[in-house]
Amino acid sequence: MAAPQTTSPVTLHVNGVAHRRELDHRTTVLDALREHLGLTGAKKGCDHAQCGACTVLVDGRRANSCLLLAVAHDGAEITTVEGLADGDDLHPLQAAFLEHDGFQCGYCTPGQICSAVGMIAEAGEGAPSHVTPLAAGPPGVPVPLSPDEIRERMSGNLCRCGAYVNIVAAIGDVTR
Amino acid sequence: MSTDPVRLEGREKVTGSARYAAEHTPPGTAYAWPVPATVALGRVLSVDTGAAMAEPGALAVLTHENAPRLKDVEDRTLLVLQNDRVPHRGWYVALAVAETPEAARAMAAAVRVAYAPEEHDAVLTPEHPRLYFPEEANSGIPACRERGDFDGAYARAPVRIDATYTLPGLHNHPMEPHATTARWEDGRLFAHDSCQGATAVQETLAALFGMDKERITVVAEHVGGGFGCKGTPRPQVVLAAMAARHTGRPVKAVLPRAQLAAVVGHRPPLIQRMRLGAGEDGVITALAHEVTTQTSTVREFVEQAAAPSRAMYVSLDSRTTHRVAALDVPSPSWMRAPGEASGMYALECAMDELACAAGVDPVELRVRNDTATYPDSGKPYSSRHLVECLREGARRFGWDARDPRPRSRTEGRLLIGSGVASSFYPVYLMPSSAQAQVTGAGRYRIRVNATDIGTGARTVLAQIAAEALGVAQDLVAVEIGSSALPAAPLAGGSAGTGSWGWAVHKACRTLVGMIDERGGTLPTDGLTATADTGEDIASDPPHAKASFGAQFAEVAVDTDTGEVRLRRLLGVFAAGRVLNARTGRSQFIGGMTMGVGMALMEGSTMDARFGDFAERDLASYHVPACADVRGIEAHWIDEHDPWLNPMGSKGIGEIGIVGTAAAIANAVHHATGVRVRDLPLLPEKLLAGLERPR
Repeated sequence: MAAPQTTSPVTLHVNGVAHRRELDHRTTVLDALREHLGLTGAKKGCDHAQCGACTVLVDGRRANSCLLLAVAHDGAEITTVEGLADGDDLHPLQAAFLEHDGFQCGYCTPGQICSAVGMIAEAGEGAPSHVTPLAAGPPGVPVPLSPDEIRERMSGNLCRCGAYVNIVAAIGDVTR
Repeated sequence: MSTDPVRLEGREKVTGSARYAAEHTPPGTAYAWPVPATVALGRVLSVDTGAAMAEPGALAVLTHENAPRLKDVEDRTLLVLQNDRVPHRGWYVALAVAETPEAARAMAAAVRVAYAPEEHDAVLTPEHPRLYFPEEANSGIPACRERGDFDGAYARAPVRIDATYTLPGLHNHPMEPHATTARWEDGRLFAHDSCQGATAVQETLAALFGMDKERITVVAEHVGGGFGCKGTPRPQVVLAAMAARHTGRPVKAVLPRAQLAAVVGHRPPLIQRMRLGAGEDGVITALAHEVTTQTSTVREFVEQAAAPSRAMYVSLDSRTTHRVAALDVPSPSWMRAPGEASGMYALECAMDELACAAGVDPVELRVRNDTATYPDSGKPYSSRHLVECLREGARRFGWDARDPRPRSRTEGRLLIGSGVASSFYPVYLMPSSAQAQVTGAGRYRIRVNATDIGTGARTVLAQIAAEALGVAQDLVAVEIGSSALPAAPLAGGSAGTGSWGWAVHKACRTLVGMIDERGGTLPTDGLTATADTGEDIASDPPHAKASFGAQFAEVAVDTDTGEVRLRRLLGVFAAGRVLNARTGRSQFIGGMTMGVGMALMEGSTMDARFGDFAERDLASYHVPACADVRGIEAHWIDEHDPWLNPMGSKGIGEIGIVGTAAAIANAVHHATGVRVRDLPLLPEKLLAGLERPR
């Protein structure tokens, strides 16, 4: 009997660049980024999708990359925090986090910023949250991002330094 | 928005280019995964590594039988894999090392450990037979102090409070788990370690491995939070160094989140009995603060929760004591404001109970009990603006409009209430060295092994240097976070900025003097000034020194569910000169946010049968999320205190968490009339006392 296959070739398109690697089937997207591609912007805080530090955008949607197997994402388009700035020009959210001091230790920050990018797009598509009023409007109409909406939609990204007040202000500055 | 400088490393942090300890991958890096003990007490009989070593990519399994031998050190939590003893569940009994993280994890799961378990005792009770009075509590203070005649004064007091407050175990849980990347080269050890002070890690590794510390370099350039649990070296750096020596490869060791509760320290469970005796006017005449807590059999750590009761208020006759039991449990250690955060919870709730009993406004009660001297020593405070913080906070919060009667404000099924508590944190200073250099071209470089765990240390040291040198900040580069730099103390005790900053200031002033001696002409190869503050920091200063503050909370309690929602939290602090308003404000707000967790959700349950904390991950151990935090404001009063250090600063990293839990608990009592004396304030504890407003 042939030995079971435990690796496969996987192509991940990260920040517009295709990376092809032979990966262990157990390798997560997060570990592929951090240990195989040298992209350590996405952080490992819990490895259980409980903290959000590993948040990246997968085909335009925010996702906890520690819970995604790389082999199941062959061909996926992934955007990490390293892919948000335009050369030396920071993404508006990056600039706002810097100005509002929306972080302290910085470890949750890449996840917060990627999550905010995805969250703004979700609200723009009219996706409701737990705090969206029922009378907010028909599906597809953008949901205005009040501070309560931002707080609710960003609650999957923990920050132990306690920078939430400044994170909400930074995102509010960009979405206003 | 403040105009003070943004964080110097901020751009790296928002773009993801800042590298933390596990984000260095030297060629040939191997990966380690620890194996924790699954019994609470006993001996390891055997470790079967056969199945683990059959895993493709397996390199080694380290056990107490083959791991490198370590020399004894004071902190015995670091003596991992040295013998067959299991002092508590979660203690490391093996370490799997493999070519990949996936293989190391699979190996760890395949290691079979046979134990000879022994009967364990893991639950603290108020009359536990193992309780004893230690000599000292954390920070080196006497465990017991008796002044005057507490019993007599208490018996004579017309108003008396006798209440016991309990706190569960609390976990630091910085977002970056403890991690090390270690390698050996020509008998030298290099480690990127996630720690609060690389000098201490370097010195401890030198002691453990019996080598000259000059042959060890520890780097902590960026650290993803610490809150005390990275203040002392932790097992990951020892394990990584041992595995790297054993395999001859660079080794990366990242502790899995679910293992942290057992091996990186925590705030221990505390039982605090408070007795306050006062006159009809609420002025305290007798005060007893009796703390019962636990430590492990590995290391004695006694959280100094009674210490704030020696510092806060007039109290001629007082008794402040700590008793501890060494149980078969993980070793507790520092968690943000050890002693103050826990002790002020009890003291400030008792003050609220006294205010109710005496019929005195809680702000006014604290004003009446203010003291200009540290009651325990009689030394005057170098500056103390507690009353100003209370008054300013009351004004900003709108305290005067408050109806003092509990349960006096309702909104439908919600009960609304507000509470106040004082904040307090001592000023600590530690000797430090630092270097200031100037190049021939007139650019400056500051070198000091400070650590920026998120406090903004790098930035504020550049500001201190620029001010001392009298040059623009953009001419000053700061190098921190490596044991190759001049030795410096850890980022702890809210003492970093004061201690490092003093050395930086001194080196800069020395450098200015050297430049002046040369008539302002710089030699082409530059100049270097080195400073050490060992002799500047007085061992017996004439003053007591501390930061003070006041916190005001407004809560809404749902009478159907018992759920407490924080509506507003406002803090006013008097903490010397705040050197950077942008990052300083973040420090205060960050501490208050962690205090919200302490009040409302954080708590760890000791499982009596397994001898382990039940809540070990971030799904079960709840820390505040974004939606839990609203309306937090921090303000401060400018203090000009010449007795501190050349910058006039006090520490601000910890005072924010001190008093928060009491302010919220007092607000919950005001809202509901229910006094819950056990944190966190979970719905089930409140529901019993609640009925819907009629």
